[in-house]
Amino acid sequence: MARKVQNQKAWFFVLPVVALVAFNAIIPLMTVVNYSMQETFGGNVFFFHGVGWFQDVLQSDRFHAALGRQLAFTFTILFIEIPLGVVIALAMPRKGLWVSVCLVLMALPLLIPWNVVGAIWNIFALPDIGLLGRLLNGLGFTYNYTREPGDAWFTLILMDVWHWTSLVVLLAYAGLSAIPDPFYQAAKIDGASRWAVFRYIQLPKMKRVLTIAVLLRFMDSFMIYTEPSVLTGGGPGNATTLLSIDLVKIALGQFDLGPAAAMSIIYFLIVLLLSWVFYTLMMRNEEQS
Amino acid sequence: MTDVTSTPAILAAHEHERSSSRAGLSWLIPAAYIFFLMVPIYWLLNMSFKTTNEILGGFTLYPHNFTLASYREILTNPVWYSGYINSITYVTINTVISVSVALPAAYAFSRYRFVGDKHLFFWLLTNRMAPPAVFALPFFQLYSAIGLFDTHIAVALAHCLFNIPLAVWILEGFMSGVPKEIDETAYIDGYSFPRFFVKIFMPLIASGIGVAAFFCFMFSWVELLLAKTLTAVAAKPIAAVMTRTASASGYELGLLAAAGALTIIPGAVVIYFVRNYIAKGFALGRV
Repeated sequence: MARKVQNQKAWFFVLPVVALVAFNAIIPLMTVVNYSMQETFGGNVFFFHGVGWFQDVLQSDRFHAALGRQLAFTFTILFIEIPLGVVIALAMPRKGLWVSVCLVLMALPLLIPWNVVGAIWNIFALPDIGLLGRLLNGLGFTYNYTREPGDAWFTLILMDVWHWTSLVVLLAYAGLSAIPDPFYQAAKIDGASRWAVFRYIQLPKMKRVLTIAVLLRFMDSFMIYTEPSVLTGGGPGNATTLLSIDLVKIALGQFDLGPAAAMSIIYFLIVLLLSWVFYTLMMRNEEQS
Repeated sequence: MTDVTSTPAILAAHEHERSSSRAGLSWLIPAAYIFFLMVPIYWLLNMSFKTTNEILGGFTLYPHNFTLASYREILTNPVWYSGYINSITYVTINTVISVSVALPAAYAFSRYRFVGDKHLFFWLLTNRMAPPAVFALPFFQLYSAIGLFDTHIAVALAHCLFNIPLAVWILEGFMSGVPKEIDETAYIDGYSFPRFFVKIFMPLIASGIGVAAFFCFMFSWVELLLAKTLTAVAAKPIAAVMTRTASASGYELGLLAAAGALTIIPGAVVIYFVRNYIAKGFALGRV
């Protein structure tokens, strides 16, 4: 890590990566930019529309509502999944057969195709034939996620916690297992409390992996599309229409390419900006400690 | 029943208790969590062994008329099983491409400084942040224009968008953990660069390569939006077969549940093989 040699020929090593990613990133992005500035009345005739679509999108209530729902969703799941994942990782066994068993079982939801995740929860939460729906109704709650916006949100967040908390657990566990035993022994000799061990030994050692966890969870939850679209389809009404779902409705449902493209770019910029803010904030914290 | 609604309460109560006694009950937390993870999967399996009549006829906790008919249908009907073959084909191609181009790039990032290196690294990572919904339509047009629409290679290439940056990121972390002296010693010993890279360096980061491949497999396997957009018939992924069948043939829940249950198997097999690397690998080698 320490010293790196100046070598311009290293560009040849990164060339294949740059070529492949650029092919997939720049050409489609240019297409989107192109659409975002044009208007059409059909028949493949386009004319320049400037930043009109951007103004429309930025001023539309529909976009504000979807963005608000998106932010609410992302921050809710971050506030649940990150602490929950850390708590579970702290309680995991350190050695032995059970570690492998735990890790394999916990990683399972991460490898289920996203539409299957949606389908599993769709079936599981059905009020009439689903276990969760039956159970909640049996306990006296009136629960129906296809009709009640509150229930739909509850199911959506529960599904995401089910799907992704394991990623936080695995990352936090990796951070914890890198702490050498003498650290704990020293703490024991000093008579440190459980909280002190966590605060001054475990948390600092987990900082780097938790940064990765927060960033990955933030980016992925902000881009979430398949699971909610299978679970609720954005409904009831527009109650769970997150940004991606709204975008696909506009682009492929109504085929309004201009507004959809403008929205895509704004959306992408928001993800970039917020990721960058998270990243710098957490890196600054790391330097301070 | 320990369902999700009560899990946080248990956790909170338990944390409290442990701080005072440090008793050996902490296994309850992972156990409760794993239980919570398994219940919906159990419900899926339960449903896949039922007949359609039993599913729609009422609420049963286990299949009363146990049947393998759904699985038989999937494993004998080419519309279904070709979906699995398609998915596994493009996921494998994607994993091979992503890891093999990421290897030299990650080496360059971990060992050399060159013009624009930091910007390039950040630019690569930004592609991991691009919402697939943004790119769905342009991808369709791009791959149609170059005549790759509805091929495995199209999906494999499209998934490179987010898998290559991730593979570079992971491998760079692992490579930075290998001391530079190893490279220098190899040169002094007269190794050519390709020989050094393949014979000495790659075995040293074998676990990193395994982890990168695992992540590429995972994200390509679970992604549906792009895979569905870029295929029609010949390369249709299993996940798309499921959604289309669901609307075409009414609501055959048993069949859907069985198809869903079968999509868990490849992931489970892959996890089993990398289980010892998972802990280190999820930290991307940067603990």
